[in-house]
Amino acid sequence: MKMHTKTPVIETGRLSIGYPLKGGKRKVVHDDLNLQLFPGEVTCLLGLNGAGKSTLLRTLCGFQPPLNGTISLLGKPLSSYSQSNFSLTVGVVLTEKTNAGGITVYELVSLGRHPYTGFFGQLKKHDREIIEQSLAAAGIAHKAHNYVSELSDGERQKAVIAKALAQQCPIILLDEPTAFLDVTSRIETMVLLHRLAVEQQKAILLSTHDLDLAIQMGDCLWLQEKGRPMACGTPEDLILSGAFESFFGKEGIVFDPSTGKLNTEAPVDPIGIEGDFLVSYWVGNALMRNGYRPSPVKEGQMNVNCLAPNRLHLTLPGGEKRELTGVAALVEAVRSDGALSR
Amino acid sequence: MYKRTALPYIFLSILLILLFMGGLVYGAVSIPAGSVIDILLGKDIGRPAWQNIILQSRFPQAVTALLAGASLATSGLLLQTLFRNPLAGPSILGISDGANLGVAAIMLYFGGTLSMVTELPITGYLAVIIVAFAGASCILGLIIFFSAKVKNNVMLLIIGIMIGYLASSLISVLNYYASTDKVHAFVMWGLGNFSGVSLQQLPYFLLFTLGGLLLAILLIKPLNALLLGEMYAANLGIKVKRTRIGILLCTGLLTATTTAFCGPISFIGLAVPHIARLMLGSSNHKMLVPITMLSGSCIALLCNILMVMPGTNNILPLNAVTPMLGAPVIIYVIVNRKNIQYFD
Repeated sequence: MKMHTKTPVIETGRLSIGYPLKGGKRKVVHDDLNLQLFPGEVTCLLGLNGAGKSTLLRTLCGFQPPLNGTISLLGKPLSSYSQSNFSLTVGVVLTEKTNAGGITVYELVSLGRHPYTGFFGQLKKHDREIIEQSLAAAGIAHKAHNYVSELSDGERQKAVIAKALAQQCPIILLDEPTAFLDVTSRIETMVLLHRLAVEQQKAILLSTHDLDLAIQMGDCLWLQEKGRPMACGTPEDLILSGAFESFFGKEGIVFDPSTGKLNTEAPVDPIGIEGDFLVSYWVGNALMRNGYRPSPVKEGQMNVNCLAPNRLHLTLPGGEKRELTGVAALVEAVRSDGALSR
Repeated sequence: MYKRTALPYIFLSILLILLFMGGLVYGAVSIPAGSVIDILLGKDIGRPAWQNIILQSRFPQAVTALLAGASLATSGLLLQTLFRNPLAGPSILGISDGANLGVAAIMLYFGGTLSMVTELPITGYLAVIIVAFAGASCILGLIIFFSAKVKNNVMLLIIGIMIGYLASSLISVLNYYASTDKVHAFVMWGLGNFSGVSLQQLPYFLLFTLGGLLLAILLIKPLNALLLGEMYAANLGIKVKRTRIGILLCTGLLTATTTAFCGPISFIGLAVPHIARLMLGSSNHKMLVPITMLSGSCIALLCNILMVMPGTNNILPLNAVTPMLGAPVIIYVIVNRKNIQYFD
């Protein structure tokens, strides 16, 4: 566990989440959750489908009541919050389909001021300032007067995040904010969230399937799986302690702690790789895909010396040498010669 | 942005006045516009027949059209926002059929009063309104019940159409056992008409429709939040359940009142919100609700004028005219849905 000088904004005690069923029975999705969410950090909730990520987020968003245990927000129990107080404390970004195509980004973000405005939602000068700051902070100010329907998926996500910022909540919960986004928008969204956490000291919790990005950008990870306690900590601690392998290592899939990636479990014939760092990295990538494990150079196995992208020296176990002019040719040679020598 | 929105207001207001005056001047009996204005200003021009036509018939008819159009258009808009489905409307979701069923029960079975079921002296139009409201609310309640179970919008519309058929089949049974003159009266009512409200009944009609329209204006803020969906709305501090009941009451009241007085009018509730959104270029209810009301009034007044066959004494049924204006709008919207922002 990490040492923290800050006080958590969300703290759960023996929290049990799930659904009430007919006849007074309950379907418990996860129980005995003791979680802490800290300000100034991006926390990523990871887990396979069906692990209960959405149920946990919905419970923390107040959309469904906990079955048991306690949730405290800023030191006060969740149950003591009125709906309007809650809307000032927790802002949400959901995967729910919106019908907001026909309003402008500015109008969408101004909905975030709803908890503050009067009966008819009239915006005052102060509200307009907050809206403009939120648009700028989310990096979507240049599209303020475009229709939401004119935005790309990534821009739309920024607009909804700006809405949550306009709500001025210390806590922002996001349900799979990077799903459906292309690779650059994913990174942009995560960088944006990280910046907001640091600059505005927001506590940000998001669920995601994006292992790479979570490891790269998450200050803290929560690994969720049914029937076992949540593993919480910095990505590096969780990788080095082996927690990742035990959560994501399933039949046919292994978590590789040396790359932080999930791989199919394959026959792992070692191939020695040496030479230029960048070329070696990508040669290793290609060999892994083809069922070989990159390893240090050793006698009695295939070894590759990567001099340049077009100068790859392959040494077969018998000592025979071949020079290849590209990764594709190398892979082909390794496959045919490797099969022969086996 | 705000400059752009002033224009539809001005345009529609001028159009509304022109169409309203047009409805008073144009009719089977030709009365000069100058005389119409004199009569309206209360001057005695020595033509009691004209005075009668204007004050007893055309004026209440135009006011009825104005309010009925606004009412139906507003309930269509509220339903489209609530169900987040641009093809929802009081007639498609079977809510008009619910009101029809109530009216059919009164007209065909109870013989025009509620005296058979209650001790209170509720008779005539008040009885019809109450029963129409009950019918509309029941169907709306059913639709809301199903909307929690059926998330797919098109499926929900089909359920609405099915419920409408069920109501219609009950009406057929009532029709089958009713006497010929009652059936005739019911069929005439079913063709739709803005002339069914007399000057004496007009205050009741005004009371109920204006009440409903006011309620719609009070719902503007939660309606905007609902554009994001119910979960977002709840997170923005909107009391979703209360809003839903408010929308239910409002659409029920507006649809029931209009249906009870004017018959089941098709297409205005479905098509006018689209006309308003296309004209305004925004789904922001702050502007959209008033623009929808104005557009609804204009369309209904236009239909009221188109009902009069030129050069004859014949009047077309209202429900023969509204689809001619409404159906092309819906077809246009569906064909162009990829280019229309509010579908996204």
